[in-house]
Amino acid sequence: MSTEQRGTEGPDRGPAIELRSASKSFRTPSGALHTAVRDLDLTVGRGEFVAVVGPTGCGKSTTLTLVSGLEEPTDGEVLVAGEPVDGIGDKVGFVFQQDAVFPWRTVLSNVMAGPRFRGASKAEARERARAWLARVGLASFEDRYPHQLSGGQRKRVALAATFVNDPEILLMDEPFSALDVQTRALMSDELLDLWSGTGSSVVFVTHDLEESIALADRVVVMTAGPATVKRVFDIDLPRPRKVESIRLEPRFIEIYREIWESLGEEVRITRERGAADVA
Amino acid sequence: MSPDTIAAALAKPTERTKARARAARNRRFLVHGSRVVLLVAVIALWEVLARTKAIDPFNFSMPSKIWEQIRDWAVYGTAQGSLWEQIWYTLYEALLGWIIGVLGGVVLGITLGRIRFLADVLGPYIKVLNAIPRIVLAPIFLIWFGLGPASKVASAVVLVFFPVFFNAFQGAREVDRNLVNNARILGASNRRVTLQVVVPSATSWIFTSLHVSFGFALIGAIVGEYIGATKGLGLLVAASQGTFNAAGVYAAMAILAVVALLTEGLLTFAERRLFRWRPSEPGTDR
Repeated sequence: MSTEQRGTEGPDRGPAIELRSASKSFRTPSGALHTAVRDLDLTVGRGEFVAVVGPTGCGKSTTLTLVSGLEEPTDGEVLVAGEPVDGIGDKVGFVFQQDAVFPWRTVLSNVMAGPRFRGASKAEARERARAWLARVGLASFEDRYPHQLSGGQRKRVALAATFVNDPEILLMDEPFSALDVQTRALMSDELLDLWSGTGSSVVFVTHDLEESIALADRVVVMTAGPATVKRVFDIDLPRPRKVESIRLEPRFIEIYREIWESLGEEVRITRERGAADVA
Repeated sequence: MSPDTIAAALAKPTERTKARARAARNRRFLVHGSRVVLLVAVIALWEVLARTKAIDPFNFSMPSKIWEQIRDWAVYGTAQGSLWEQIWYTLYEALLGWIIGVLGGVVLGITLGRIRFLADVLGPYIKVLNAIPRIVLAPIFLIWFGLGPASKVASAVVLVFFPVFFNAFQGAREVDRNLVNNARILGASNRRVTLQVVVPSATSWIFTSLHVSFGFALIGAIVGEYIGATKGLGLLVAASQGTFNAAGVYAAMAILAVVALLTEGLLTFAERRLFRWRPSEPGTDR
């Protein structure tokens, strides 16, 4: 399975994403300079699924906005497919934490939006959208409006709307964090299913360690903010995986313990800072 | 469990549902009935007080006289021409002023909401213009555009423009960042983002201002006519006042109220059609 997914990876083709000592600072409303990301080095290979975990609010999401081109790094370089990121490219898909479906469009129209924005004809966009809606199991819901769907269904619409553009790079910012536990496991399985065979590279940001191990080829642990890479762990669990059952396997638990040792420390630091802020 | 008890258990809630529906119906009747009673009581009281001269009928007129006046106008026409023509003129001026004001307000509001530079440059001037009580412009428009409809349309436009503008501006500013980012990632150009994300999200803001602003358009038209015109309901008010015909003033007011309510109803209908994507019941998600 994994050889098939990495079939596009070759010696002549560089990594899908490369961050070279990238930093990002913001001006806060009060005028102070807040550094979200500092000296970040990260490489994501083609067809690779990388999960980024770190304490809440450490700057994980900022990393994604740098790769997507929504924000520019203050310092350092961000390369996608070997080329520096300059604005929003057409290779990237982004699944947001909050609902980002258009509430005034029907389900079908939401999924058609991407191809339409990129100049596809109406008929072609509709055909592609219908195919993806069928894959996420929402074929019979195409005339509904988002408010008529459940949270899980809306997330499926968002996934279909992203995948329909055939992104080479898929950025996901805690996409399932608003869902209940059962729906979450289901959606994770579906994500793996949709992803397999697309050959796209995924960066999946989460604060849930279990989720990251179950999904990813590599797990990147971030430090407490300003975020930078603390350690990278290879996940050698075989694919295809089923999220619900894999977390019971001894190897999974072993990996979990190993990574938590690294991550737990950062979480503790964040917590202590939070307590200091409150005091 | 025997089938009987199951049937009984099923029958019970339907009994209760029926009772509840009946109670709701009764309450509706009560509310509507009370409304009618209140209206009749007020009109009757007015009539009685005026007839018994407890209030001066010359100043306050009385419902029966007002009704007669409306019927007279409707059947025999007014001194200025047929009643329908007067209504049509006022409505025409108000509608035209409203449409121009709304279009201008929406376009400029969205543009300034999207283009920060323009907003920063024009912001203070718009605030100054907004601070002027714009109804005082009506006499100036009369001088500029004459006694015809143009001067009334102009006063309606200036009254309508600002509330619509500020709402559209605010609506364009407060678009969900996620939606804009999502559209951009999906490949939308700036123009597409404006037309397909900003405008639809601002519509709910704009629509709230449409209701209020139609009232403003009517005010603009009426005041314009009142100051100087050859046709219109405002002219009827002015003419009635000039002949000390209190019933005429009240009659024109009553006609105006009906016209305003009807257009308001049309607007609500249009809004419902346009906002099908929104949940109908309050309290549901989003």
